[in-house]
Amino acid sequence: MAQLPAIIPVSLLLSAFVAFLVGTFRRSLVYPITLLGIVTALVAAVIGLIRVLQDGAQHYYFGGWPPPLGIEYVLDHLSGFMAVLVMFIALLSVIYSRRSFLQEVPEKIVPLYSLISLMLAGLTGIILTGDLFNLYVFLEIASLAAYAVMAIGNDKAPVAVIRYIIMGTIGACFYLLGVGFIYFATGSLNMGDVARILPSIYGSRLIVVAVTFIVIGMALKMALFPLHIWLPDVYTYSPSAVIALIAPIMTKVGAYVLIRMLVSVFLPNYLTSVLPVTLIIGWLAAVGIVAMSVMAIAQKDFRRMLAYSSVAQICYVALGIGLANSFGLIGALLHVLNHAFMKCCLFQISGGVRYRTGLWQIPQFAGLGRHMRWTMGAFTVAAISMVGIPPACGFFSKWYLVLGCIDAGNWVFAVVVVASSLLNAVYFFRVLEKVYMVSPNNDSIVTTASDPPGEMLAPMLILASGIIILGVVNAVIVAQILEPVVFSAF
Amino acid sequence: MIAKYKDLIVSLACRLMAPFVFLFGLYVTMFGHYGPGGGFQGGTIMASGVILMRLSLGRQATIKKFPLEFGPIVGAIGLLIYAGTGLVSLLAGGEYLDYAYLPIPSTSGTERQYLGILFVEVGVALGVFGVLLSIFDSLTKE
Amino acid sequence: MFQILLTHYPYYLSTVLIVIGVWGMLAKHNLMKKVIGMNIFQTAIILLFISSSVKFGATVPTVDTGLGSANAAFYVNPLPHVLMLTAIVVMVATNGVAFAILLLIYRRYRTLDEEEILRRMRE
Repeated sequence: MAQLPAIIPVSLLLSAFVAFLVGTFRRSLVYPITLLGIVTALVAAVIGLIRVLQDGAQHYYFGGWPPPLGIEYVLDHLSGFMAVLVMFIALLSVIYSRRSFLQEVPEKIVPLYSLISLMLAGLTGIILTGDLFNLYVFLEIASLAAYAVMAIGNDKAPVAVIRYIIMGTIGACFYLLGVGFIYFATGSLNMGDVARILPSIYGSRLIVVAVTFIVIGMALKMALFPLHIWLPDVYTYSPSAVIALIAPIMTKVGAYVLIRMLVSVFLPNYLTSVLPVTLIIGWLAAVGIVAMSVMAIAQKDFRRMLAYSSVAQICYVALGIGLANSFGLIGALLHVLNHAFMKCCLFQISGGVRYRTGLWQIPQFAGLGRHMRWTMGAFTVAAISMVGIPPACGFFSKWYLVLGCIDAGNWVFAVVVVASSLLNAVYFFRVLEKVYMVSPNNDSIVTTASDPPGEMLAPMLILASGIIILGVVNAVIVAQILEPVVFSAF
Repeated sequence: MIAKYKDLIVSLACRLMAPFVFLFGLYVTMFGHYGPGGGFQGGTIMASGVILMRLSLGRQATIKKFPLEFGPIVGAIGLLIYAGTGLVSLLAGGEYLDYAYLPIPSTSGTERQYLGILFVEVGVALGVFGVLLSIFDSLTKE
Repeated sequence: MFQILLTHYPYYLSTVLIVIGVWGMLAKHNLMKKVIGMNIFQTAIILLFISSSVKFGATVPTVDTGLGSANAAFYVNPLPHVLMLTAIVVMVATNGVAFAILLLIYRRYRTLDEEEILRRMRE
């Protein structure tokens, strides 16, 4: 079907509005309608990716207006890959979230699920669009829905979210300024059109300023190292089911926008030779990996540790972008996929432990391995993958990153990637030791704990087995999906 | 937090002005084809008419005509009109939001696009009206 | 240099407003003043876009029966105006979410001063 690039965001938008309208009269229908919208979008994304693998990139013109006049949606290997990833993680997280929401915030179910659908519509719009200003609109749709969803819950969440609002709005408005300057210089807002016009105006100062603003704006949204200040508080104080949905995908879509700018709009030639932006991104990412891994070792709160670990992992992706050669970009995209699976599993485990025992401090996790067997089994798989031990998938993305560093002749980056795996091992094995080797106090609530109910346990186990499966089949993914992306750019 | 304004002149003047503000909002919505105007602008002016009534007459008097659930429901219906028009043209064989494929009888292609834009603008006006009213209601609750 | 200032003054004024907005967001302690700084920042960006669409001797971009619709140099460029309508709506929605969250913070902490709130949150 040729209408697939439109069906993916539109089905999510429609399910958001219909769920809100129906939910004000009958509350129990909200969850099925939301789930229906997400399943429709996932099926459309998978069929779209299969069509792209067979036929090549699909272009879709909204309203029938061709590109310089109208808005264009592009479904190619990169956007199909990201769309399938985002919708799959969203499906598992929404299935996981129902019990958790019913326990924590039962009276706000209707606006919560509508906002989640709206946020997913915004994220898929960012992924699929081929128009620069349309990307800003969907970026703000996704961000505003995410702000609202993250502020529900306890006392400290609103303070964390107001700081996220201020910094996130600066980021989006810098992106808007950058798009404005591109429009002043080239007269067009379509990504393909700008890529065509750009080589004739390479020396222009407007384009230099535009690139600077866009990179800083998306670095704020992506939580690259010096601009990550909003992330730890937000990831620590949000409701657990919400953060299991947002943490794996929000910052990755920011990284996707940077990759799209690198591959399709400002061709890599410009970003490496005329204006050395990728060099700066690479060095900031390298410092960030080490600094954030060290910060994660120092944390006692489990979710705060996972938050600092998330910043370190997104710096791996930025390191791959900063290398700007084919192995680096393949490593970055593969790490986006792997990290989404690993972090979703980890945050769901943290939510499951909180659901059964109410604990979130690591010293109190003593002895959980005996009582919550399946949960801690999934945690072991995810921890092994984060450290980077084969055959779990984390090893392969770091392998491609190291190959990219060697290809670029940058030995400092290669040492950083390998040494940070040791730092990851320190903070994950510390938790594993507490969970398996230490026995609990007699009056601790751990002794009465059991695994979370099936609805919450099944997504965790699917993700954990997915981590192993992705590690085994990663050569197929790289050859079929990621290499065409890279060959079209370099 | 919202109580009846004590002064008689203010209360009377607002009661006289509010219907005209609402009518002007409808005018701005419909006249977006020929001058500055359209969905967003008209919806905002319509919402400001109702908010003027809520501010000057108090919550008790206006709840009967515009209950608290009115804002979100009208907003959702308006946005569904917008998305639904696009969906109808998708189902009728064209692209999403391609108004030339809307199944309106006895009109030519360009007239269908003209009417399609009007439907979408009305949907957007209702949506913005509902959303702004619901923002005001939820910020001034209890 | 003075000549450049005279002919390009909208861009300089917008830049001054952008810097004032960002300074307000970063340097002020009261959360409400931060939100007002955010408003000034976004409004300045909107002014920058609109001031780029003006042409000398052109009129508003609705078809005038006297001028006809053949020559585009008679009408101001309408595309930045349309883009900025969307940006204004985004600004309003951001304000709505920010105010709702400020209300939540005020009801819990009874103050809007950022340092006081952070001190109470950490303990």
